[in-house]
Amino acid sequence: MDTGHAAWVLTSASLVLLMTPGLAFFYGGMTRSKSVLNMMMMSFGAMGIVTVVYILWGWSMSYGTDAFGDGKAGLFANPFELFGLTGIDAGAYVGVAFQLTFAIITAALISGAIADRVKFSTWMVFVPIWVTLSYFPLAHMVWGGGFLSGADGALATWFFDDVVPVDYAGGTVVHINAGMAALVLVLVIGARRGFGKDVMRPHNLPFTMLGAGLLWFGWYGFNVGSFVPAATPGVAGESGAFYENSVQFATNFVGETGLVWVNTTAATAAAMLGWLLVEKIRDGKGTSLGAASGVVAGLVAITPACGSLSPVGSLALGAVAGAVAALAVGLKYRLGYDDSLDVVGVHLVAGLVGTVGIGFLATSGGLFYGGGVGQLVVQVVIALFAMLWSGVLTLVVALALKYTMGWRIADEDEVEGIDFVEHGETAYDFASRSGAPRGPASPLATSVKTEGANA
Amino acid sequence: MKLVTAVIKPHKWEEVREALETFGVTGMTVSEVSGYGRQKGHTEVYRGAEYDVALVPKIRIEIVVDDADADDIVGIIVKSAQTGRIGDGKVWVVPVEAAVRVRTGDRDEAAL
Repeated sequence: MDTGHAAWVLTSASLVLLMTPGLAFFYGGMTRSKSVLNMMMMSFGAMGIVTVVYILWGWSMSYGTDAFGDGKAGLFANPFELFGLTGIDAGAYVGVAFQLTFAIITAALISGAIADRVKFSTWMVFVPIWVTLSYFPLAHMVWGGGFLSGADGALATWFFDDVVPVDYAGGTVVHINAGMAALVLVLVIGARRGFGKDVMRPHNLPFTMLGAGLLWFGWYGFNVGSFVPAATPGVAGESGAFYENSVQFATNFVGETGLVWVNTTAATAAAMLGWLLVEKIRDGKGTSLGAASGVVAGLVAITPACGSLSPVGSLALGAVAGAVAALAVGLKYRLGYDDSLDVVGVHLVAGLVGTVGIGFLATSGGLFYGGGVGQLVVQVVIALFAMLWSGVLTLVVALALKYTMGWRIADEDEVEGIDFVEHGETAYDFASRSGAPRGPASPLATSVKTEGANA
Repeated sequence: MKLVTAVIKPHKWEEVREALETFGVTGMTVSEVSGYGRQKGHTEVYRGAEYDVALVPKIRIEIVVDDADADDIVGIIVKSAQTGRIGDGKVWVVPVEAAVRVRTGDRDEAAL
């Protein structure tokens, strides 16, 4: 791997890692004040547990040798081949760093759908099982030369000989996957007490704006860091033999990463405006929550498409994604499912808009650019397959946990507030004059004993 | 002695305080409160979902005053807090039996 490229991938990995605390703020601001800590802990918990399983078997299962058949186009790779990263090529650590952060945020994305009501212990068991059964296989299928890649025998080759599915940075693997898992979990776990009756408005929208800003910033690592040298499609972390010299590589690198940055920004800006426009027409006012949500919807939509669209095409995709997601988040009230922070409405819907939108807007192969329907069909097929895979496996895990550990905290605990019940803390000190330090654990208590009359 | 309690719009608080200080009121207790009257609440929209927010934020002022000053003080508060629109608030007066200044032990009028 070119050293400049490696430096950028490590920088990108760090940017993507920051997205998950950003997501914690984005979601945390939208919850009620009694459950903000739990919401943020679901993201931080994912940072802990996903890192452990990624190092142990996540990388091996995503990018190791194929577990099935002739080593091509399989569903997942052998989880034990590079267990604990033992035997890994030293040049691949950069790839591990980058991909690890994607696995973390994908799991954390799901948490917004089931806010305020889920046992922290069950979440911490769900996450490692879910990434193992749903995320690592999809990462392998799409980026590891597996069933949803352009490899021989992969799903797309059943339809066309020469059409390669496009998912630049995770429309299927990350957003459709997390959005579908969120939908299934919401249906298994059920609505919050008082859903549709009680006021459940966001308690701190500045947090949500801050989180949206951090996500936007980190997303440059997510998308721009996903550049893969052209010679080895689908394999992260390898410099291509395709290039005859370093100048060729540099030209390709500079041209593509610059385009991806511009496309990412174009779609995000347009999506924010699209969401605000829907609000202005429908509700009379553009809201800060709408702006923050539009930003995320645009980032989601451009994620799979950022390498194959023109900047103008990205503006169009973003505007459509922002408007469609703004309308989609209202569906949960009509359909009666409590996707608390709209993971389905934003990530599944915008993820589908982006993944399928490639079929229309790709400058090479898109329907609007004279490429025929081949790419469109392939994009629809991989989106449907990702939904099916994620939906079925999430359902299995969700039901297994429902009948063993159980998902829900007690009704009265949910009303009192999950922060105190699950973590023994409250986010805000509304009355600092109440209460006193207790026991020798408090430094204040011990220092008080040494002063005064008996000292 | 009388206890004058006023619940007013938060943005009128500075005007009311200045008017009371000009009159010679030297102290008061102020708290941020919420409630509703004829103003009811208002509607807020989050991602297209409408919420009725029942409680409206207000400022509550409490002043213990001489009997003779009570009417004037009520007049000053009403004049300075008025916008003429719904939700301006209320002022009421109740008799006070006793008052003590904690620092000195002074009682009643001397404690004010």
